[in-house]
Amino acid sequence: MRDWNLQGRNRDERLARAAGLADGKRVATADARALLEAVLEPGDRVCLEGNNQKQADFLARTLASVDPARVNGLHMVQSVLALPEHLDVFERGIAAKLDFSFSGPQGARLARMVADGRIAIGAIHTYLELFGRYFVDLTPRVSLVAAQAADAAGNLYTGPNTEDTPVIVEATAFKRGIVIAQVNELVDSVPRVDIPGGWVDFVIQSPTPHYIEPLFTRDPAQISEIQVLMAMMAIKGIYAEYGVQRLNHGIGFDTAAIELLLPTYAESLGLKGKICRHWALNPHPALIPAIEAGFVESVHSFGSELGMEAYIRARPDVFFTGADGSMRSNRAMCQAAGHYACDLFIGSTLQIDLAGNSSTATLGRIAGFGGAPNMGADARGRRHASPAWLKAGREAREGGGQMPRGQKLVVQMVETFREHMQPAFVERLDAWELAESAGMELPPVMIYGDDVTHILTEEGIANLLLCRTAEEREQAIRGVAGYTPVGRGRDRRMVENLRDRGVIRRAEDLGIDKRMATRDLLAARSVKDLVRASGGLYDPPKRFRNW
Amino acid sequence: METLTYEYRGGRPVNSPPPSVLVGVVGSGNLEVLVEPAPLGGLCRVEVQTAAVGFGATWQAVLDDVFARHPLADVRISINDVGATPAVVGLRLDQALDAFAGGTQP
Repeated sequence: MRDWNLQGRNRDERLARAAGLADGKRVATADARALLEAVLEPGDRVCLEGNNQKQADFLARTLASVDPARVNGLHMVQSVLALPEHLDVFERGIAAKLDFSFSGPQGARLARMVADGRIAIGAIHTYLELFGRYFVDLTPRVSLVAAQAADAAGNLYTGPNTEDTPVIVEATAFKRGIVIAQVNELVDSVPRVDIPGGWVDFVIQSPTPHYIEPLFTRDPAQISEIQVLMAMMAIKGIYAEYGVQRLNHGIGFDTAAIELLLPTYAESLGLKGKICRHWALNPHPALIPAIEAGFVESVHSFGSELGMEAYIRARPDVFFTGADGSMRSNRAMCQAAGHYACDLFIGSTLQIDLAGNSSTATLGRIAGFGGAPNMGADARGRRHASPAWLKAGREAREGGGQMPRGQKLVVQMVETFREHMQPAFVERLDAWELAESAGMELPPVMIYGDDVTHILTEEGIANLLLCRTAEEREQAIRGVAGYTPVGRGRDRRMVENLRDRGVIRRAEDLGIDKRMATRDLLAARSVKDLVRASGGLYDPPKRFRNW
Repeated sequence: METLTYEYRGGRPVNSPPPSVLVGVVGSGNLEVLVEPAPLGGLCRVEVQTAAVGFGATWQAVLDDVFARHPLADVRISINDVGATPAVVGLRLDQALDAFAGGTQP
């Protein structure tokens, strides 16, 4: 007779090996390594919670310190590689295979280790894709997560940075895996239950509070006048044009400039209430002036942002908060919201080719994708209509006699030259060479050209929805590529024709006076201005304080 | 340091121009633009002092487009550049020449 509960029995064996180490669900800090060596088995799929912001850093250090003779060949399935320990486990032979989404700070070392054959990469995923696979073919056997606090029953309170924890724990706990949480404090009762205790097997107090990276804080002092000009074009030429009410902004100074122009420039155009009311967005400090000016009705977040806790607590009508008053973020839910419920994504990139494909891959770095591909892709499964979505769909299909449907606005916003005069427009993405050198099956493209609807540079906006042929599309892209070799290779007659048709629109075509494009137009010109705009509630991390 | 000079013909003089217009700052990645009326026999002369050597062709292309947008005569434009991108150069010149020609703010 077949045994239909091998996983459950294996789970019981693991728990039995760890029984002597736990008092209820609590394991002493000093026994953390012994616990991991007891429950882990060679070849296990392991999720070590690495988020954009919150890091299970103590468990990462502990995992990197286990005896490779006992624990080896692990298959790591985690969204973000942020800490050195995330790669140390491969260096020491504890882990062998990796499926992930984003490796920003570890990208260069990851590329070296892949080249040396120390890491076998399964695939680089988008967030929703990796989370989806947690429930299909990459379900973790053991998950190592981070929370703010736990009670004796194992109930976890994550605080504002809930991030990936719910999706990781759900996938692991309901497939008879083992969930181990590091917590900043052990308490009698948690302020709210973010993860039910019944889904958690072990709780360990970490010697220091888990690390949180302030990834989404942009100092307004560093925003340039070119970024102000581009933000003016985004607001007047795209947000107002399509009546964009629901949106997601990428990370970076280009989009921070848009946020800081809402209470000034957008207000002067009479756009309050007509654009930017609902957001899938981390609590960007740069959004404070727009919230205070009454532009923003709601914000749901992937994660929180250091220093924004008291401000969020004081604005519960805007943010999603628990009964305890602090924010509840959720990366999987917010990614789904950004994909299906937003009409526009706008973000920056490093390279764009002549078909509009964009990539942040550069030689010698395997950086991954993060959230941009889920946000910056048309949601083919979407069915509800909105004016912005319908207008974009009409523009793409006009005269084609096709079934009417809408389309998501996906905007790539770049200056034509990056620092050191590196052109943002190229004939061939570096992603091709990276794919060849790292043995990838596909070039790592962040946003595919057929999903991009607009490219915005200091030279103007190219509306790719209105292009009818590949040649028109190429010339529309060249026509906003400035003085890069790609831009100077334009067919001037064709570009002027595209401009006459409104496919390309310059600042002057939009009625934008470039003399207004100064930093005076920013609603906040420094971090201190943001603190002031928040009524003193925003408490920026020390590295952003220069007063 | 490199000095580049460009001259354009076929523009129109500005009626009662201001004595001068100065925009921008001399700082890394930025530039300063000074626009003055000058009796140049109908020429528009641009003198560029730049810290970045070897970008003469790019300057030519940027300035050709600026002159096409602002066809002025009897004007001297002095540029003190500290490695500004073409985007910054174009924006500064548009700002300076709009102010020089006395366009109105919206």
